Amino acid sequence: MLFKYENLEKNSIILVIGILIVVAIGGIVEIAPLFYLENTIEKVQGMRPYTPLELAGRNIYVREGCYLCHSQMIRSTRGDVERYGHYSLAAESMYDHPFQWGSERTGPDLARVGKKYSDSWHQEHMHNPRDVVPESIMPAYPFLAKTDLDYRNIAADLRANKEVGVPYTADDIKYAVADLKAQLDPDSDGYDAFIKRYPKAQARDFDGNPKKISELDALVAYLQMLGTLVDFSIYNDAANSR
Amino acid sequence: MTTLDSPPTVSNMAKGSMTLFLGVGVLLALLIVAKTTSAAMAFHGYIMIFAFTLGIVGVINLGFGKGGRITAEASPAGVFYNDGVIKACVIAAVFWGIVAFLAGDILAWQMSYPALDLGLPWTNFGRLRPLHTSAAIFAFGGNVLLASSFYVVQRTSKARLAGEIAPWFVFWGYQLFIVLAATGYLLGITQSREYAEPEWYVDIWLTIVWVVYLLVFLGTLWRRREPHIYVANWFFLSFIITIAMIHVVNNLAVPVSFTEPKSYSLFSGVQDALVQWWYGHSAVGFFLTAGFLGIMYYFVPKRAQRPVYSYRLSIIHFWSLIFLYIWAGPHHLFYTALPEWTQTLGMTFSIMLWMPSWGGMINGLMTLNGAWDKLRTDPVLKMLAVSIAFYGMVTFEGPLMAIKAVNSLSHYTNWTIGHVHSGTLGWVSYVSFGALYCLVPWLWKRKELYSLKLVNMHFWISAIGIVLYITAMWVGGITQGLMWRAYDNLGFLKYSFVETVEAMHPYYIIRAVGGLLFVIGALIMAYNLWRTARGHGDAVPIGQAVPAE
Repeated sequence: MLFKYENLEKNSIILVIGILIVVAIGGIVEIAPLFYLENTIEKVQGMRPYTPLELAGRNIYVREGCYLCHSQMIRSTRGDVERYGHYSLAAESMYDHPFQWGSERTGPDLARVGKKYSDSWHQEHMHNPRDVVPESIMPAYPFLAKTDLDYRNIAADLRANKEVGVPYTADDIKYAVADLKAQLDPDSDGYDAFIKRYPKAQARDFDGNPKKISELDALVAYLQMLGTLVDFSIYNDAANSR
Repeated sequence: MTTLDSPPTVSNMAKGSMTLFLGVGVLLALLIVAKTTSAAMAFHGYIMIFAFTLGIVGVINLGFGKGGRITAEASPAGVFYNDGVIKACVIAAVFWGIVAFLAGDILAWQMSYPALDLGLPWTNFGRLRPLHTSAAIFAFGGNVLLASSFYVVQRTSKARLAGEIAPWFVFWGYQLFIVLAATGYLLGITQSREYAEPEWYVDIWLTIVWVVYLLVFLGTLWRRREPHIYVANWFFLSFIITIAMIHVVNNLAVPVSFTEPKSYSLFSGVQDALVQWWYGHSAVGFFLTAGFLGIMYYFVPKRAQRPVYSYRLSIIHFWSLIFLYIWAGPHHLFYTALPEWTQTLGMTFSIMLWMPSWGGMINGLMTLNGAWDKLRTDPVLKMLAVSIAFYGMVTFEGPLMAIKAVNSLSHYTNWTIGHVHSGTLGWVSYVSFGALYCLVPWLWKRKELYSLKLVNMHFWISAIGIVLYITAMWVGGITQGLMWRAYDNLGFLKYSFVETVEAMHPYYIIRAVGGLLFVIGALIMAYNLWRTARGHGDAVPIGQAVPAE
């Protein structure tokens, strides 16, 4: 016989190679096609990269482990769609490095939380969730409003995103700090250039304290844009069915 | 006395290159401290400088003044087994186990009474949760796997571990990984990839440690005096290789700068989600399953004094298990934006996975044929047997939950948490406890454990804890899922989200009590093992004057 099973357990190198082949197949067949099958990501109108302030807010969301209790993925089930809105599209997280779909709903889904609550609701909620939702078990984040946002590396953040495929332009990176400040103050000089680069972005002071650029500013800016980008009035469900 | 090997020595060449390697590490860490804008990363830099410097002292000290000879004692069969590093792994496993269980129980109380989050950055749920999962899986589970794989590969190969510095590098390097990961979470350094939260520089460090681990393991196999590689070692090998593969791919990322902790994942959105859950479920399959099956295949036959039930079954279930497991990831993403065909593949393979899993359970339980009476007298064997029963239960529940219709109810709920903990408490922890109860008397050369009565107490206290935990999460999770999809007679959603949060309160408390019992059980074990190592009670030292064969 050409091949004896014995060889696999008498020669460690043959065993290693055998294991490698067997465990590699699944990933190659299942994951690799997602990178080239064109219908993996739907065609939509309205998706744009995060503004520098939103990206900074997203990094705070990641840092505090929000994804451990909040999903950002509305499933295509009746219960999900009726509670949270249109089911999430792959296109809506195409600029998310990494994705924040989550695995638990200790708290509600946040995929379309943007514009659902006022800024002041978010400010109070972050200060102490039980002030606005008495039954809530979410931790309080009073330190966010008190902590200055560290945006020293924001241009480098955009650059790293560009390197992994987010279509930021050279100007987006160059004016990252200016754009971050302009989003907090629509009356500032930089606002026009900012809104040209990030059309329809919401701009205002988000933390209720115009004197300070706080971590809460960034986080609320991020939460308020979640799920608001794709224009569903012209989205074609049938054409994008997979 | 005559021995099979000559006593172990360490060469100056090995000591020199290791010192150089650690010296480069010190320089890189200094660079990080000098240039980073992140106080947290600077803190990590200091930890690295401290650890690498201690490492250099340790390496120079090894065999110093004795011409490189290492103190070692030959076994009765004449092999100079390296048991020192295994002892260190055992101590670390017990320590990290208690940290992990305690952290988990604190989280459980936080979910019952959110005031316990204290409103501070480093004490809130979001930062402590990865500390709990990483401590449980990697610190506790990982050290148990290091200890048992180092023990099993030496004994079944009748050879000393390869290298003198390398096994210790694996041990200390792994502990450094744990410390960097855990302190990083508390300081807000995370990639937000579940069970792969550490940032890029900690990932690179773990990769280096892991490659050395693989080389030590393979190098020991190459020294073996038995023609066949024992079945437990196939499982350990597949665990080491596959973890290396999924760890590297899942952590591909571009750092903001080489002196900043933050990085951005190479993949985005839907592809990133599938890569992460391909990693996540394979971590379950290879870290928490294949590795611990390796433990089962050595410790159960050894403790029961019976041969493995079926050699044929072990071959079939080994290859089918490792082939199928890697496909199961998409069952974490049902009804999401992941393409339908991928979801269907994931469901199909997850259901098929039931068979090889039960192959392992049957092979483990049937090994007890002719030794079932020992369960009455030996609580350690009882723990091992119950762990296999839990393994069978949880690998039935898993495929059930991977059916899309069932998953539409269970996903995002506490049922998943209950499922995971049936596996981690019932299977992984119990088989680990069984192995630790075997290893400590063997390594410290004691006739018996300090007290079998305490083992029995540990068994029952933690068993009640597990039952409270998983039943609370089953009932709570299904309640939660049903409330989310309940409609009133006009067809509107019946419950607001926060009503479902409120409904969980009693179950969270029951779960926290169950977890507390599990912590108490682990403390009893730590006490028992410590007294065993000290040679108290029934743990009388075995005479060293055993003649060589």
